[in-house]
Amino acid sequence: MGERKPRIIGFCCERHGMDSAVLAARSGKLYDASVKLVEVPCAGRVDGMHILKALEDGADAVFVLGCLEKNCYYDTGSIEGRKRVGYVKSMLKEVGLEPERVEMFNAASTNAWAFPEAVSKMVDVVKRVGTMGSGGEGQ
Amino acid sequence: MIVAKRKPMNEIAEMVAPFKRITVIGCRSCVAICLAGGEKEVKMLISALKVKNRKQGKHQEFEGLVVERQCEKEWVKEVEDKVLGSDLVLSMACSLGAQTIGDMYPEKLVFPGLNTGMFGVPEEQGVWSEKCVGCGDCVIHLTGGICPIARCAKSMGNGPCGGSANGKCEVNLEVDCAWSAIYDRLKLQNRLDLMEKITPAKNWSTSHSGGRRVYEREDAKLTPHQKKGREGGR
Repeated sequence: MGERKPRIIGFCCERHGMDSAVLAARSGKLYDASVKLVEVPCAGRVDGMHILKALEDGADAVFVLGCLEKNCYYDTGSIEGRKRVGYVKSMLKEVGLEPERVEMFNAASTNAWAFPEAVSKMVDVVKRVGTMGSGGEGQ
Repeated sequence: MIVAKRKPMNEIAEMVAPFKRITVIGCRSCVAICLAGGEKEVKMLISALKVKNRKQGKHQEFEGLVVERQCEKEWVKEVEDKVLGSDLVLSMACSLGAQTIGDMYPEKLVFPGLNTGMFGVPEEQGVWSEKCVGCGDCVIHLTGGICPIARCAKSMGNGPCGGSANGKCEVNLEVDCAWSAIYDRLKLQNRLDLMEKITPAKNWSTSHSGGRRVYEREDAKLTPHQKKGREGGR
């Protein structure tokens, strides 16, 4: 048996992030089905705890997709999201894990390519650094 | 307040590695305010360690708790069963909290999850700066409310020194000169005459020397009779 498929969690803000994901689907863009989406009110609502909990409970990689930083619906939500992703990256690095398992992406609602591209980048990361074991303690 | 910083994760992971049941105890006081050891930091620390264990196929039991003030025995007593039931207590409070638990349960291992840094104040969100060293002989009524011991790189009692230029310190040009700030403050308060007063050499016997300092207030202390009554009442 080969290695299992990557498990990826994507936190998408309900504005541009989610709109770009929906647009990708409606436009017939193809993306890896290993991703599970979590819709959040704003990228700034995603806490470091949410990201770590996703990794703890079974994800191999986590990304946050928010609005473009200068076009954020809540003004600074995407900036907050990026800072929190950065903090989790630093924690992972310190503990000896690959910080690239966590990424922040930004999209405009009209960017149908943004969501599949984010998924594809994360799938590539997991293929490169490997999965995180058979499952999390929460599974 | 006491300002602390989380130890690097690799150091913490190494400390807890040999143990099976680990209780992580945070504190809702100073270290929660400086975002080092409050409820969220405890949860994130445990989660990061669990992620590491997941990758390595290792299993450890973690429990996270937060007490109101870890430096006070009454609050620690509330989580006594968790302390006694674990192989290791990882304290996410300042060193005072960790030592309080250690003193109460000397047979238990209590390791520090934070590096206790300084007496500081929150300057802005995410920034804390040192403003007191606890010298035991406060002089800020003479220095415009600015502590020269904590804020001057040379802890000078009379300043500024020759290394002050444009309000900055020669030790590091990013650092404000404390005595320049003192001058500005005294000028604002129309008390510049204080700048010309020579402060004699500081009496450091009130500072950290000759072992730990203990402050006592006789009227607040319990008599043996009161202590006996309290112990009997519990």
